[in-house]
Amino acid sequence: MSWRAARLVAHRTETPTARTLVLEVPGWPAHLPGQHVDIRLTAPDGYQAARSYSLAAPADGDRIEVSVQRVSDGEVSPFLVDAYREGDPVEVRGPIGGWFVWRPQQTEPVLLVAGGSGVVPLMAMIRGRRAAGSRAPFRLIYSVRTPEDAFYTDELRRRVRDDAGLDVAYVYTRQAPEGWRGEPHRLGLADVNTHGWPPELEPLVYVCGPTAFVETVSDLLVGLGHPARRVRTERFGPTG
Amino acid sequence: MGIVTPGFQGRPRAEAPDLPPGQYLTPDFPVLSAGPTPRVPRDQWEFVISSETGTEYRWSWDEMMALPQETPTVDIHCVTRWSKLGTTWRGVSLDTLLDGVDTAADYALAHSYGGYTTNLPLEDLRDGQAWLVHTYDGDDLPAEHGGPARLLVPHLYFWKSAKWVRGIHLTVEDTPGFWETAGYHDYGDPWREQRYQGD
Repeated sequence: MSWRAARLVAHRTETPTARTLVLEVPGWPAHLPGQHVDIRLTAPDGYQAARSYSLAAPADGDRIEVSVQRVSDGEVSPFLVDAYREGDPVEVRGPIGGWFVWRPQQTEPVLLVAGGSGVVPLMAMIRGRRAAGSRAPFRLIYSVRTPEDAFYTDELRRRVRDDAGLDVAYVYTRQAPEGWRGEPHRLGLADVNTHGWPPELEPLVYVCGPTAFVETVSDLLVGLGHPARRVRTERFGPTG
Repeated sequence: MGIVTPGFQGRPRAEAPDLPPGQYLTPDFPVLSAGPTPRVPRDQWEFVISSETGTEYRWSWDEMMALPQETPTVDIHCVTRWSKLGTTWRGVSLDTLLDGVDTAADYALAHSYGGYTTNLPLEDLRDGQAWLVHTYDGDDLPAEHGGPARLLVPHLYFWKSAKWVRGIHLTVEDTPGFWETAGYHDYGDPWREQRYQGD
């Protein structure tokens, strides 16, 4: 798998600490929602640093999207979020990963559970479902600290309105929006029970977020009777 | 040299330790796994080596703990690019477990509670290169890091060090495991940066 030259052609601010990069990668092969890419930066003296980022959108010709959360002591993410300019080059290789993926041929109900920036590969699945005209029932449970920390807020609101069979539920851990019913809390059994699918429907579950979040949620799911093999996880530690 | 990205400097070079290419140092211990963490009680745990002829060699937890124990201190390198230096473990050398196993196999397929698998050449499990470990940094190995016991094969990327390991099939043919089937490299040498198929 070789490195390809890529160029930043557009960007969108997602939160005060995260931004979506639209890269043009000539010759990019197709990819599946849930896959990731490696992005490599090279300094003038030849020093290189590479990190993995989940693709945020389904394949669209030579264009790919990643949404990058700034890690405060990181080496790569602060540059990509704050300093990387339109028109400038980076190198990309991928797509990578064949397990944490959703294929448009899948028809079973899907439960997506996101913690923080773990929503990125799950958003690729939601967008891929729409792009493929899939009618697989999708539910997203999205845990964020505050409303300002949520990615893709406007688009998710629009998709819930327009994409039949898609539901989105938020859990706020620090501060809920004004008028929200209920207190801020960590995602628990009641949330998964209320907003997920019962095991009898044999859903496929995708969980992505920080390690502690993924551990908690996947334990809850197994406790509720979901077979471990139906629960796919992607965890991220401190990757800067 | 790759294509220079204007404005990118990177970390100061002086503090860069001796790491495999493309790796960075972490003081934490991140977790990479594909599904929920299996919980295996020790009194139900067993470890089985099965040869290519079908002969099985079994150890209960107590039998494994009664074998000679070693305390390796090693560097570990995850394919997700973190490295951790000087980690200390305790467990049984694979040399000890393979001693007395009659085999002409060239390959090993480690398999785990929860269904995970990973493949290695058998020679990479011999000669003081691999352990079945139950203790990390002086404490019982936590379940999210592979407890009650995992493989430790530190000279390969860490996905080869199967968590929750239950046994090893010895085989004549190489059989790709879980990540190897999902696009990762068959061998996974961090010093040759063998991350993905074709590297």
